[in-house]
Amino acid sequence: MTPLLFPYDVTQEDEMKRPLDFNRRSHLMNVDRMYKAEIVSIIRLTEKEKLFHIRIIDRSERERFSFLPGQFVMVEVPGFGEAPISISGSNSQKGFIELCIREAGKVTTMLHRAAPGSRVGIRGPFGTYFPMEKMKGHNVLLIAGGLGLAPLRSPVTFVTENRSDFRQIHILYGTTDPSQLLFDYQYEQWRRVDGVNLDIIVEQADPAWTGPVGRVTSLLEKIDVALDETYAIVCGPPVMFKFVCTMLSNQGMPRDRMFVSLERRMHCGMGKCCRCNVGSTYVCMEGPVFDFWTVMNLKEAI
Amino acid sequence: MLFKILDKSEFRSLLVMLLESHEVIAPRVIATGQDGRPLHNYLPVKTPEEMDLGYETTLNSAKTYFLPYSENLSTWDFNEADWTQNISYRMQPRAIIGLHACDINALLKLDKVMAREFYPSPYYISRRKNSFIIGIDHTPCRGAFCRSLGTDTVNRGFDLFLTDLGDRYFVAIDSDRGYSTLHRVTVRDVTDEDTGAYLEVRKRIADGFDPDLPVKQLPNLMDIEFNADVWDKWGARCLSCGSCAMVCPTCYCYGVNEAVAMDFTSGAKVRQLYSCNLADFATVAGGHNFRPPRESRLKYRYYHQHRGFVETYDEPKCVGCGRCSRTCLAGINPPDIFRDLLAKEEQS
Ligand SMILES: Cc1cc2nc3c(=O)[nH]c(=O)nc-3n(C[C@H](O)[C@H](O)[C@H](O)COP(=O)(O)OP(=O)(O)OC[C@H]3O[C@@H](n4cnc5c(N)ncnc54)[C@H](O)[C@@H]3O)c2cc1C
Ligand code: SF4
Ligand code: SF4
Ligand code: FES
Repeated sequence: MTPLLFPYDVTQEDEMKRPLDFNRRSHLMNVDRMYKAEIVSIIRLTEKEKLFHIRIIDRSERERFSFLPGQFVMVEVPGFGEAPISISGSNSQKGFIELCIREAGKVTTMLHRAAPGSRVGIRGPFGTYFPMEKMKGHNVLLIAGGLGLAPLRSPVTFVTENRSDFRQIHILYGTTDPSQLLFDYQYEQWRRVDGVNLDIIVEQADPAWTGPVGRVTSLLEKIDVALDETYAIVCGPPVMFKFVCTMLSNQGMPRDRMFVSLERRMHCGMGKCCRCNVGSTYVCMEGPVFDFWTVMNLKEAI
Repeated sequence: MLFKILDKSEFRSLLVMLLESHEVIAPRVIATGQDGRPLHNYLPVKTPEEMDLGYETTLNSAKTYFLPYSENLSTWDFNEADWTQNISYRMQPRAIIGLHACDINALLKLDKVMAREFYPSPYYISRRKNSFIIGIDHTPCRGAFCRSLGTDTVNRGFDLFLTDLGDRYFVAIDSDRGYSTLHRVTVRDVTDEDTGAYLEVRKRIADGFDPDLPVKQLPNLMDIEFNADVWDKWGARCLSCGSCAMVCPTCYCYGVNEAVAMDFTSGAKVRQLYSCNLADFATVAGGHNFRPPRESRLKYRYYHQHRGFVETYDEPKCVGCGRCSRTCLAGINPPDIFRDLLAKEEQS
């Protein structure tokens, strides 16, 4: 006799048989499947932060992996856990991912102990991105505080690689003290790009420091751009971006032309676990990149 | 929708057939409550006698069969510096018998989050499609407010739905497999007399509900009363134990943890249901907590149920089953909170 109930095998669905691609959000796929990736090199940036160059091992997966500046991936150390990390580098080389990671807990500490050649899992990319296309033809202010330079480095690379598409470019960066400066070996390179202005400030100087001392907002006061023809990306702790964005809007910049990246706890990246919720907004799906107007209207956001 | 009449003796034969070939989950008495009434849960059963279809409600909802309290998302086999990731989805069909309308409505809500729009979950979809659901009508349970939320009736999301007409069931059929399974036993067509009896039972059920709660105003009220002291009052009593979310048929928040076997040859990535009432729900590395006071977490849970979900799906997430009220040691319950919010609004 035929059985009463037939087994259902989800893996036989057509969408499940397609190559895994997290950019096809609405498709049924193996949502927990990792791209296997290799840490090809590790660069120490500060005492607590390292830059990891990661390459997806499988060639066809590498081809499929594409992201936009501002998006993040889930990095997996099998057996230890997963952590959401912003992609910190250029999106012009497919399947090569740069991640700037602070040693902060279980997963990130394991990553800091890893040697080149180690393997990690990658899922993603996830989340929203900075509207680089819309920004073309405008002045751009890229402002970072502290670890905020990690997510900001992706748009920085984008504007330097596509310099002719933009008008004035100002990069402003502030940290607590010179030992916290990320990517110090790259400043010279950014500055040499024709028409890119980079200003750096620290809150506390050390004997070797010759640059300005203070907060990133005091750099902002010196910038002279037409704010109604400008876009801004502001990455840093909530107090910092709130301060900077409020200052810019007081000077006449529309709030929906300033973009920030929110950080929340995340356990899925796919709008399921609710850990990232701000009010009823899923930061992993509707963010992490938001315009400042939207952030101001989120209950419990800052 | 197709309707048929199934004699109770034939229903028993159907149960026996299901029990012989498949896993069957049904309401079962697990203990006696303080008031002397039996307490139930949805549990595996082996014989028709073990199940009690006349149950009032269950302590836990049936969600664990769709979103298990704990589930392996994947397992790892480690070899030297490399690893293999294994993923498996449920393939065995099972029958879940005796769900009430509110719990089937809860599944329809979970479907919206887990099986549609973005990143549909193959884990959930496998479990959902491998569940053969027979629902059943019942007289209203004490403390439930499903009728106010429109979840006291259901017309999809199940395979078969039974209404007790004494010696027989009035059966609604909502799937092809429901239809063919039902026809393994003898069923007959609905007569005018059956329809009359059915409508009478439905009316008796509808009349048995408490007066409606003012839920229509909730989404708006919540927005206006975001800073109301109502939350301080109830928050002060909350133990942050998370039980309300555990028993709730629609709470789906989770956390992911990983573990390595003692011999380091394998590991697992495990999803565990969580609760937004738990203290570290929104804590990030470095120790910052986005919702430190317990009243903010209690409020957040109510917001998700009655405002956030409404914004996205045009309906509340709560189905009014009353399980959270029954389980809460602090006596925190949605109807009282709604009344307080409403009173507050009327004052001002
Ligand atoms: C969109 C986004 C982008 C980020 N980008 C970067 C980046 O470029 N560089 C960087 O160093 N850090 C970044 N973070 C923070 C980083 O995710 C946390 O430091 C990391 O999750 C800590 O994990 P852990 O296991 O080491 O810490 P533990 O404290 O052991 O954390 C345990 C678990 O809690 C969760 N968790 C803890 N803290 C956070 C957090 N801040 N955000 C999200 N989940 C958390 C994770 O699931 C983690 O596995 C980002 C966070 C988000 C949300
Ligand atoms: S509302 Fe009640 S059940 Fe829920 S966390 Fe608070 S004390 Fe626990
Ligand atoms: S919030 Fe309470 S009443 Fe509403 S569905 Fe969940 S457990 Fe039932
Ligand atoms: S990270 Fe899980 S819902 Fe956003």
